[in-house]
Amino acid sequence: MRSMKKELSYFPGCSLATTAKENNASLKLFLNYFDIRLTDIQDWNCCGSSSTHSVNSKLALSLAARNLFLAPQDKPLLIACPGCFLRLGQARQELNGSQEKQKEYEKHFAKTYNPNLKLLHFFELLVQMNNNGLFKNLTGRLNGLKIAPYYGCMLARPPSMNKEKNHYGLIEKTMDSLGGESVQWPFLSSCCGTFLSVSRPEIAEKLVNRIMQGAIQSGAECIVTACAMCHLNLEIRCRPENRLPIFHFSEILSLALEGKASKGWFKRHLIDPEPILQQRQLIPCQTS
Amino acid sequence: MESITYGHVAPDFVDQVEMMSHANLSRCFHCLACSAGCPFCEDMDYLPNVIIRMVQFGMKEAVLKSSTIWLCVGCNTCSMECPNSVDMAAVMDSLRQIAVGEGIQIAETGIYSFHNAVVDSISRYGRTHKLEIMMRYKICEKEFFTDIDLGLKMLSKRKLDLLPSRVKDKKAIKSLFEMAEGK
Repeated sequence: MRSMKKELSYFPGCSLATTAKENNASLKLFLNYFDIRLTDIQDWNCCGSSSTHSVNSKLALSLAARNLFLAPQDKPLLIACPGCFLRLGQARQELNGSQEKQKEYEKHFAKTYNPNLKLLHFFELLVQMNNNGLFKNLTGRLNGLKIAPYYGCMLARPPSMNKEKNHYGLIEKTMDSLGGESVQWPFLSSCCGTFLSVSRPEIAEKLVNRIMQGAIQSGAECIVTACAMCHLNLEIRCRPENRLPIFHFSEILSLALEGKASKGWFKRHLIDPEPILQQRQLIPCQTS
Repeated sequence: MESITYGHVAPDFVDQVEMMSHANLSRCFHCLACSAGCPFCEDMDYLPNVIIRMVQFGMKEAVLKSSTIWLCVGCNTCSMECPNSVDMAAVMDSLRQIAVGEGIQIAETGIYSFHNAVVDSISRYGRTHKLEIMMRYKICEKEFFTDIDLGLKMLSKRKLDLLPSRVKDKKAIKSLFEMAEGK
C-alpha cells in the first residue's frame, strides 16, 4: 500500500456528525487507509447552514468565523460538506476583504486572525491523492458498477468566488479509475431542493423525482452524491417507482478498498443498496 | 405567474438592496439566464430577473411580499448562469432580511418558520438538532400528521438522533447571537 502521511484538521459539520454518520465514518476510514489523519476542530459549531444567511447575515458570518478562529492555524482545514465549505469560504472571503471586520472578530475571540488558513475541500484532497498515485493499485475494484455522478449545487458559487477551484468531473474521473462506469446524464448539478423538503415537500419531491428518473433513464445502477444533504433528500423524497440506491462518495471509495467498507453504513440507508452490492460483488465487511 | 401592476413606489429601494447585497443591478440586461436556470422558477410568483426589475422600479411592497424571495434556497445556480455576474443569491438574502426587519407580511410562512426553527436550534446547542427542528416546525405550522411514516423510518434507521450534538462552550454561542443583535 502506498501512503501519503498527512495531519489535517477537520470540520465535520452537523449533517456528517448526525444524520449522515455513515458519510463521516467512511470518509475517515478511507483517508486513514492512506495514513491521512484527521482531528476534529475542538468544539466546532454549525457553519450557519442555509437558514442563518437567509435571515441574518451578521449571525451567519459570526458562526462561520468562530470555526475559522478555532481551527489550528498550522494545518489545512478539511471540509467534506459542500454547504459548510461554501459558508466557511464566504466568511473567510468577507474577513479577508475587510480589516475592520478582522479587528472586530479578533477582539471578540481574543485571537489573531490568520488570512492564510487553507480550507481544503475533500475533492481537492482526492486530486492530490490521485496525483500521488495512491489509487494505482485500486484499478478495477468497482467491478463495472454503473454510476450517475451527482454534484447537486456544489459546483455553483457566488460570482465573487468564480475564480476558485472547480471540481467538475472529479467523481467521474475517480469512479472510472477505480473500475466504475460513469453515465452521462443531464441532472448532475441540478439542485435537490434542500430545506424545501421540510417546508414545501411537494416542490422538493418534484425536483428529486426528476433527478431520480433522469438517473434511471441514463442506465445507472446507483447515484453517487457529493453532499450529505442531497443524499438525504434523494432518499426521503423519492417515489417508490423511482428508487435507485444512493451512495455517499466516501462509501463508494471505501468499497474500492477490499473488505474495508462496513455493512453498518449501508444499513442506515433508506433505499437498500445491498442487492446492487451483491450483484456487483462489492462485499462490505460484517462489523459495523 | 402574475402580471405586474405599477403602484406605490419606493425610489430608494434599489439603493438599499444594492448596498446590502453588494450586487450591481444595473448590470442585468434581462437575458433570463437566471430564471431559465432556476430549479424553483415554476413555483415562483415572479421570475428572479423580474424581481430585479421590480426592485429597480421601486416596487418594494410587492417584492417583499412575494413568494419568490422565500422559495429561493440560495443554490447559486443563477449566479453561475449570469453572464454579468449579478449575485442573485445575495440579492435574495437581502430581500428576505429587509422583509423580516420591516415586519412585512411574509408569503411563505412555513419556510420562514423552518428558518427560525434552525436558528433557534443553533442558539441552543451551537449545532442543528434535526429531530427537534422538525418537531418545532410541525408544531408551529400545525402539520401534525404529515411525514409521520417517514419520521419513524428515519428514527428506526438511526438517521435522527434523539439527543442533540452540542457545543460545550455555550457562552461563546450566546455571545455570537448577542453580537448579531448589536449588543
